[in-house]
Amino acid sequence: MSEALLQIRSLAVRYPAPHGQAAGAVQALSGVDLDVAAGECLGLVGESGSGKTAILLSILGLLPPNARLGGSIRFHGDELVGMPLKRLNQIRGTRIAMIFQDPMSALNPYMRIIDQLSEVPRVHGGLSRRDAGQRALEMLEAVHIGEPRRRARQYPHELSGGMRQRVMIAMALIAEPELILADEPTTALDVTVQAQILELLQELRERTGAALLLVTHDLGIVAQLADRVGVMRHGRIVEQAGCLALFERPQHEYTRSLLAAMPRLKVPA
Amino acid sequence: MNSPWRQRLHGHLGLLIAGSVLMLIALASLIIPALSPYDYYTPQLELISRPPMLSGGHLLGTDPLGRDLLIRVLWGCRISLLIALLASLISVVVGVLWGAIAGYAGGYTDALMMRTVDVLYSVPFVPFVIVLTMLFGRQLWLMFIAIGAVSWLDIARIVRGEALSLKRREFIDAARVSGVHGARMIGRHIVPNLLGVVIIYATLTVPTVILFEAFMSFLGLGVRVPLASLGSLIADGASDMQAHPHLLLVPAAVLASIIYCFNFLGDGLRDLLDPRKHS
Repeated sequence: MSEALLQIRSLAVRYPAPHGQAAGAVQALSGVDLDVAAGECLGLVGESGSGKTAILLSILGLLPPNARLGGSIRFHGDELVGMPLKRLNQIRGTRIAMIFQDPMSALNPYMRIIDQLSEVPRVHGGLSRRDAGQRALEMLEAVHIGEPRRRARQYPHELSGGMRQRVMIAMALIAEPELILADEPTTALDVTVQAQILELLQELRERTGAALLLVTHDLGIVAQLADRVGVMRHGRIVEQAGCLALFERPQHEYTRSLLAAMPRLKVPA
Repeated sequence: MNSPWRQRLHGHLGLLIAGSVLMLIALASLIIPALSPYDYYTPQLELISRPPMLSGGHLLGTDPLGRDLLIRVLWGCRISLLIALLASLISVVVGVLWGAIAGYAGGYTDALMMRTVDVLYSVPFVPFVIVLTMLFGRQLWLMFIAIGAVSWLDIARIVRGEALSLKRREFIDAARVSGVHGARMIGRHIVPNLLGVVIIYATLTVPTVILFEAFMSFLGLGVRVPLASLGSLIADGASDMQAHPHLLLVPAAVLASIIYCFNFLGDGLRDLLDPRKHS
């Protein structure tokens, strides 16, 4: 494999116990090693609380202030752990972007769609309001939102769930980042919309060549999108393998039970 | 579709009425004193304490010095509305910025800013105003500053609490990972989402400020005679209310309707400005 786009080494996240208490400290992550190559899709699966989301949050410096972060996260060789906020802000949104789980709560209810989309180009590209708005409209078209001009003037609550997630994706991709972090991007959507959103993600990824770090607990999504898969449990990566290899020859006991837990459609012969 | 504002205003009859009444009072207080043959300060000793009557030129009667009550009440409206708007504006702007910055920044900044508020809270208000008037004399602008300086503290506290909980919302995280920070974050993401609380509190502040001013005028710290505010007119009227009830009732009714309208205005504005209420 060539030089990794994102290189995580012995990442550890710890929430210390509340002041003056002996118990209650939580080790959210320990000894996580992970590589994401340019253009690749890495799926992270695992049960709730296994630390999938914590990895994403630590990449972009979003962990709550009481979290203790250790280890190293390199993006293009630049260390993100402990990077000054000023430099981190130049990477956020333009080179690494994030898609959140619930688009309703991840969009500002008081801001028109067009203004939310314009934000990244306005903050980073220094574009005028007009140019940024133009860019936002292009992006709305790219994520296949019908009547982009009308939708752009609306507020988040006026859109359907699937459309909101399309807006989220448009927001994440507007600056054509090299790495997209997706935190269960389809969990809040119903099944038919899920399929459309996954298709859209795949399509845009192929067009822009962005790498995707996809966190999910849905193995079906992983099978569909991911090139490689990491299985997480209790804050560690227990198994990492190519997508096919993992589904065909799971090595770790936990992976096997995870696969066995997938619901199957039994059709009588 | 071609007139979204008309659509929005539809169903906000209360807001419209309250707004119109306030506009009417404000316009009347600006125009009528300029056109009237009477002024608020020249005593007419032959016309002491006349009751309201339609003939004779003094619609609302006269006060114990024979001055036209209508003109004095309208002047009182000017002063009271001016103080209410300016002092509320000061307190809302300062309070919202102070609270939003403290709440969003958190940590030591927050602690320092909010302890400052605590200290200012503990300054006793009336002696503070007395000291100010001793230093600078009885100036009108002093009232703006004195009232503004005290009333922003409540807003700052409330806004800070709201900002603290807003900060944990996901869309703030989403803005952060887009690289939004500093003034833009506070101006575009925090403050607009505080709007509902701020408007309610601001419209609560306006009546409080008017009553504050009335209280200070009552203590003799407010506007200087012969100028009157609604508060000082009520105070004067109250001392003579058995013989001449109109001197109390007229300014009191005007003050009450102003305050009532502001309360209505606040409720209506909050609904009007919340995008979620218009699907």
